[in-house]
Amino acid sequence: MSEPFQAVKVSERVYWVGAVDWNIRDFHGYQTGRGSTYNAFLVTGESNILIDTVKKPFFDEMLSRVRSVIGDAGIDCIVSNHAELDHAGALPDAVRNLGPKKILTSKMGARALHDHFGTGLDLSIVKDGESRSIGGIDFTFLETKMLHWPDSMVTYLPGDRVLFSQDGFGMHLASTERFSDEIPNEILEQEGAKYFANILLPFSPLVTKLIERIKSLDLRIDILAPDHGPIWRKDTGRMPELWAKWALQKPKAKAVIVFDSMWQSTETMAKAIAEGLVENGISARFMPLQVFHRSDVATELLDAAGFFAGSSTLNKHLLPRMADVLTYIKGLKPRNKMGAAFGSFGWSGEGSQQVHEMLESMGVEMVGAPLAARYVPDANDLESCRQLATQAATRIFEHIEDK
Amino acid sequence: MKKYVCEVCGYVYDPAQGDEENGIAPGTSFEDLPDSWVCPMCGVGKSEFEPQE
Ligand SMILES: [Fe+2]
Ligand SMILES: [Fe+2]
Repeated sequence: MSEPFQAVKVSERVYWVGAVDWNIRDFHGYQTGRGSTYNAFLVTGESNILIDTVKKPFFDEMLSRVRSVIGDAGIDCIVSNHAELDHAGALPDAVRNLGPKKILTSKMGARALHDHFGTGLDLSIVKDGESRSIGGIDFTFLETKMLHWPDSMVTYLPGDRVLFSQDGFGMHLASTERFSDEIPNEILEQEGAKYFANILLPFSPLVTKLIERIKSLDLRIDILAPDHGPIWRKDTGRMPELWAKWALQKPKAKAVIVFDSMWQSTETMAKAIAEGLVENGISARFMPLQVFHRSDVATELLDAAGFFAGSSTLNKHLLPRMADVLTYIKGLKPRNKMGAAFGSFGWSGEGSQQVHEMLESMGVEMVGAPLAARYVPDANDLESCRQLATQAATRIFEHIEDK
Repeated sequence: MKKYVCEVCGYVYDPAQGDEENGIAPGTSFEDLPDSWVCPMCGVGKSEFEPQE
């Protein structure tokens, strides 16, 4: 009887044995609108080696794909490039069912795997830059600390010129197609940017260094095999090039206007700001939080120069959805932004001031004092919004020149 | 003065540079960093640092 799930051949000795998660939409706060995949890879030949595993509930799917290649044989080794549970969750099950003699991981990977699964796993630590033969197959391991966890590393298979890049160069995208050349470019770029903006942005300087390092090592990459989304067998330099570009956070003549409103007053101010920006040649993304998710705000901010945030005041505070988004964005450490805060209020008016302080604390260059309008913005308030936008536009154009 | 490396994230503390964003003047040795100082990149404490080889 054939296995219900089949492996997909990637190169002479590499098979994709991962799982497709069609249902996931909330990846700890990142909205994965197109689902995801957890890619695991089986290297075959003189020995059988599994590179990463999948999220625990998908173990049976992975096991079936492994069995479709090696039948009842066991595996010799598991390489754990990343200890996060979407890749290591099924590791204990894989150990029980496939009986590897060893598990290779980075030093921080060993710490993280022990902390997750106890000390029962037999771990062997590989050093940064180390080359090792596993059962007759040569591999090279490179630590990629903080891209995006301390344990992160990538594994290179020189024989087939495959780079197993764990979360690196990945994207959340469920599909029946396994290769990027079978998927429309716009989708690859959109989901790639979303992934970068939401996961890698705080580590942008390290991304730049990693890409330089890969270049200096002169690794020939025929297959780029990340742990999420499609595998690249053509144009393998494309996603790394995009990462190099995104890591610079070079701002465009674009602004994000993100806000939450109670009775459309803050929204009216947001519209006046948008009008002022557009009239002055800045393209504006209008993002009411009743509709837009925090992870879409992060994506739009990736190449924006302007960052305008608004909130009305509720019980002496900014609105909770705004606090959510600003906290999230602050953690992502966006660079090269300038902007302002705004919002309506009834009697006390703390909301726009709190937004202003949050923007300032994340290093946004403030274009002016927070704009506040009582109850409903009148013609003067709206004029102030337009003026602020006009000033901001001038500064944005100067700022873009500098960067 | 010796440089120290954060084991968790790879950040290198260079005494010649200090950590000015967090109020540490250039010329401050690793030993003289206050115990409350944390890695500016990943946020772990001084105990996670090792002298650079
Ligand atoms: Fe991860
Ligand atoms: Fe992942």
